[in-house]
Amino acid sequence: MLKNRIIPCLDVKNGRVVKGINFVDLKDAGDPVEQAKIYSDGGADEICFLDITASNENRDTIYDVVERTSKKCFVPLTVGGGVRSIDDINKLLNCGADKVSINTAAVENSKVVLESSKKFGSQCIVVAIDAKKNGDKWEIFTHGGRNNSGLNALEYAQKMEDNGAGELLVTSMDRDGTQIGYDVELMNKIASKVNIPLIASGGVGDLDHLVDGIKLGNASAVLAASIFHYGKYSVKEAKEYLDSKGIPVRI
Amino acid sequence: MNVTILDYKSGNISSVINSFKEVAKDKVVIEVTSDLNKIKSSDKIVLPGQGSFKSCVDALNKIKGLTEALNEFAITNKKPLLGICVGLQMFADVGYEETETKGLGWISGKVSKIDNQNGKYKLPHIGWNQINIVKDCKIFKDIENNSHMYFVHSYEFLPNDKKVISATTDYSSNIVCSVEKENIFGTQFHPEKSDRIGLKIIDNFINL
Repeated sequence: MLKNRIIPCLDVKNGRVVKGINFVDLKDAGDPVEQAKIYSDGGADEICFLDITASNENRDTIYDVVERTSKKCFVPLTVGGGVRSIDDINKLLNCGADKVSINTAAVENSKVVLESSKKFGSQCIVVAIDAKKNGDKWEIFTHGGRNNSGLNALEYAQKMEDNGAGELLVTSMDRDGTQIGYDVELMNKIASKVNIPLIASGGVGDLDHLVDGIKLGNASAVLAASIFHYGKYSVKEAKEYLDSKGIPVRI
Repeated sequence: MNVTILDYKSGNISSVINSFKEVAKDKVVIEVTSDLNKIKSSDKIVLPGQGSFKSCVDALNKIKGLTEALNEFAITNKKPLLGICVGLQMFADVGYEETETKGLGWISGKVSKIDNQNGKYKLPHIGWNQINIVKDCKIFKDIENNSHMYFVHSYEFLPNDKKVISATTDYSSNIVCSVEKENIFGTQFHPEKSDRIGLKIIDNFINL
């Protein structure tokens, strides 16, 4: 039986781990390679690096981080943030990333997803969707949550599947950094619409939120950053909790 | 001993390289090449594969003499070869991803899309699933039945001769996830991404 995945995410800036509250006010805390190794040793099903301010700054440091991590961690590694082109994707994969997540570039130019999934295979193309509720619909935001594209999140998700995305990483901008739980309504609406796996992100504050993401949000995988990063829970504790709630996990 | 990881410009093989180097340490030489002479002199070959069946076959065919060299290595000389993911799928006679494409024809059968049962099963089949070991297999030495492995694929290998199947996994149906036919080994899952247990499979292959 296929297991639901738990994916700890590390927000990385200038080669260091940080975690922002609503994408601002960053705190520096640790080496991403060491942190990733702790996660993979603890049973993380995948590791995710998000190069958060990459759209605006020199991002070469991420390549070194990815290269060092991939020599130590033998679970899948996803890298996102500031991925603009086929060339960026190629470079990250060559450094040892297994999947690359594309956010702003996919909104601005849907050909990036089409071409990259053809070239590298859908299995390594994750489309990251940052969505915020506006009335009764959700709209797509880009540039780390700064710009509203006005695009409808559900329609966009469907389009990305058609373009060859292998997975969708859906973050609720309303919930990110709040620790009050995923926007399970958003997750469920998108998961029901597409036939590719959905990774829920944004808002996890306790272990019940992970359960909700899977049970109510219908997510295949749940991603969280701060609850793991600040040591509130270990990945192992999270898995044992999910298991106790009847959710299939790899233990 | 030297093990060659075949670099035929199809997909991302850095994780395969990293994992084999991690296991091999200084005891075994890991070559990453498509050089025909190096292939001939290798003790073992790893055939990775990412992307579509067609793109992988096309990439193999693009390198002049490569399929012939692989045939000589695996079929004539019967030296150990491990196919991973689409690398395993290419053992088949034919694949149906994108368009009908001829495979290597080493293990008779076809590669078809997994039946998603009208959307009940998401595709690709991504994540950790348990393997059901159905026969003694050299690369499963010290691997417990029902171990978790990391999968990412939408197509499955359907071999004609069920005796080649060494493990299956449950997703929509009993998907063939490992084969062994004499010196030819294949895994649909990714041992290079399957944590310590995956590295053990790589270790078993290196130590054959």
